[in-house]
Amino acid sequence: MKIVVTVKLVPDTNADKRIDPETKRLVRTGVETVLNPFDEYALEAALQLKEKAGGDTTVTVVTMAPENGKEVVRKALAMGADDAVMLSDPQAEGSDVWGTAHALAKAIAQNGFDLVVCGTQSTDAITGELPGMLAELLGVPGLTYLRKLEIDGTTVRAERETDNGYARISAPLPALASVTKSINEPRYPSLRGIMGAKKKTIAVRTLAEAGVGQEIGNAGARTEVTGFETPPARGKGEVYQAADAVAGAQKILEFLREKKFV
Amino acid sequence: MNLGVPKRDTVRTKAFDPIDPLGLDRDLNSDERLVRDTVRSFVERRILPDIATWFERGEFPKELAREVGELGVLGMHLDGYGCAGASATAYGVACRELEAGDSGLRSFVSVQGSLAMFPVRAYGSEEQREEWLPRMARGEVIGCFGLTEYDFGSDPAGMRTFARRDGGDYVLDGSKAWITSGGIADVALVWARTASDDGPTGTASDGATTRTVPEAGARAESDGNNGGSIRGFIVPAGTRGFSTRNIERKLSLRASVTSELSFDSCRIPARYMLPGARGLRGPLSCLSEARYGIVWGAIGAARACYEAALSYARTREQFGKPIGGFQLTQEKLVNMLLELQKAQLLATQIGRLKDAGTLLPQHVSIGKLNNVREALAICREARTILGASGITLEYPVIRHMNNLESVLTYEGTSEIHTLILGQAITGIAAIT
Ligand SMILES: Cc1cc2nc3c(=O)[nH]c(=O)nc-3n(C[C@H](O)[C@H](O)[C@H](O)COP(=O)(O)OP(=O)(O)OC[C@H]3O[C@@H](n4cnc5c(N)ncnc54)[C@H](O)[C@@H]3O)c2cc1C
Repeated sequence: MKIVVTVKLVPDTNADKRIDPETKRLVRTGVETVLNPFDEYALEAALQLKEKAGGDTTVTVVTMAPENGKEVVRKALAMGADDAVMLSDPQAEGSDVWGTAHALAKAIAQNGFDLVVCGTQSTDAITGELPGMLAELLGVPGLTYLRKLEIDGTTVRAERETDNGYARISAPLPALASVTKSINEPRYPSLRGIMGAKKKTIAVRTLAEAGVGQEIGNAGARTEVTGFETPPARGKGEVYQAADAVAGAQKILEFLREKKFV
Repeated sequence: MNLGVPKRDTVRTKAFDPIDPLGLDRDLNSDERLVRDTVRSFVERRILPDIATWFERGEFPKELAREVGELGVLGMHLDGYGCAGASATAYGVACRELEAGDSGLRSFVSVQGSLAMFPVRAYGSEEQREEWLPRMARGEVIGCFGLTEYDFGSDPAGMRTFARRDGGDYVLDGSKAWITSGGIADVALVWARTASDDGPTGTASDGATTRTVPEAGARAESDGNNGGSIRGFIVPAGTRGFSTRNIERKLSLRASVTSELSFDSCRIPARYMLPGARGLRGPLSCLSEARYGIVWGAIGAARACYEAALSYARTREQFGKPIGGFQLTQEKLVNMLLELQKAQLLATQIGRLKDAGTLLPQHVSIGKLNNVREALAICREARTILGASGITLEYPVIRHMNNLESVLTYEGTSEIHTLILGQAITGIAAIT
């Protein structure tokens, strides 16, 4: 079985973020690049499927990122992915989510796959749209927001998180799955994994090499950022002074009722 | 559905980071940072929740051996035979993060990798390496290192443990003291004196009579008295005539086993001797490896105390404000931070020298002497900031502080490292 995991390289999630008013893009200089934390859950899910399936199951990581992001991709290999494909091309710069999905779909199709696993969203753009688009472009069923993912022969069985519970869903392979943080706790790479990752292959491809014919990047973007604003500061919470514990509990209960939590 | 950003990466890129203001960790390469995150998360998950209890009970849970083996830190700086083959800097980073948990844990890892596995890798036969290293790397086999004796600590050249050749065997007699992991070890690397007629003994100055600072690499070939040679032996636990007794009632390094090893006509085949090590040079080269780990490890213990003191100072209020707002407390915290940063610069440089292959034992002495001394001072200062809370095991501070008393003494006391450096700069040996 061939499993592909899509990963994005994002600016350190703990760093203070800034948007360049000219380009309306996130400033990435001076900030460390890390694996999108959500994608680590996708990789962990894929690695667990591989460990369960055994045999000749492989996990390939696919990303679109500048070539200097190789060291970050290596973390995915250190965690246990078998190899990686990197789409690195100056023409890809400024791609919107459609452009990214389009290019990744080409690269994934070229690589071949039975299952694609994605994280729900990235910590930089946070559109959460990529998995759906990618499934569509690959022409396979898309199972999104999964908190559980299993392969049963040629069927994917999963539990999809909803606002008030979960739904049991299934689909035939090949398919695409996006997983949430509830699905697992991503592993840290072992030291042997970290050292072993040096010997694994990261295939760097241009858009042309990956068979991306269409113009993507800035020029091919179908969406445009027209403006941005800082969200209004969150108001201070309300502080109740309660005479005793019972009165305090009463207040809390009223609040919860008002918000329809109980 | 919880879509909040997962808190996983420990990269710190805030404007002024109170733990690493100069961003010294950014000098680490990506492998080294992965090692850091991996070991740090292991310590947070597996060590910190229980370490106070282990310390209080005076126990080292033996199952940790396999767990750190799985993590890959055992012999991680060695190549082949199931070892990770990491850089010296990566090994240092791992020691730092382990010791931020507890010096006992770091000691276990140092002894296994640098004192037990290293001599097998460096001086063992192919057969010995194959037999022991992969299992030791996995933590299935625990090793210990027996050099010190009750009567010969700083001056191991005087050792009395003797290995007598008898046909195809060696017969060991004598005892070793203060041996980390001795009582839980499956195999002991034991250094013993052999008679001078046991074949070639060392490369250069065997039988030399000049005595210089004993643990300085300078006199490594000299074995002191007798004209015999000091050789290393691999002694499996359970060998008849080999017994251990744990040293109890320690108030330092309690989450680590410290033992006596006794050899009473303990007979082992001659092929258990390490073929490549002759003279004190053998064990001293192992010590140099382990001391290197301490240069980094001490920073971990000190950082943990600094972090505890800083967070306490921010929240503990007296006289109507956080004690971190008083100038005296601020000065303490600032001094701690300065020493931590300096210690890290030293460690990083010593690591780079080791990776470049240009490290001298004296360089390691600079790091060990300075970093352990300063780490201990930081822990003691942190202890004062915590007031009464500082004397309990609810906080890591007094545990680290007590642990570092051992670290100050083992692997060459601070006095011995001072003499090594004194000799290096003046050219005059203090011990004659
Ligand atoms: C917890 C723990 C674990 C240990 N683990 C191991 C182990 O795994 N394997 C092993 O082989 N050993 C181990 N040791 C032993 C350790 O290496 C020795 O304790 C150390 O070398 C000092 O020896 P000593 O205790 O006999 O002190 P001594 O050598 O008796 O020293 C006592 C004091 O005299 C000072 N002194 C000695 N000579 C001089 C001099 N010439 N000039 C000035 N001052 C001097 C010392 O610096 C020290 O302050 C361990 C020790 C401890 C505490």
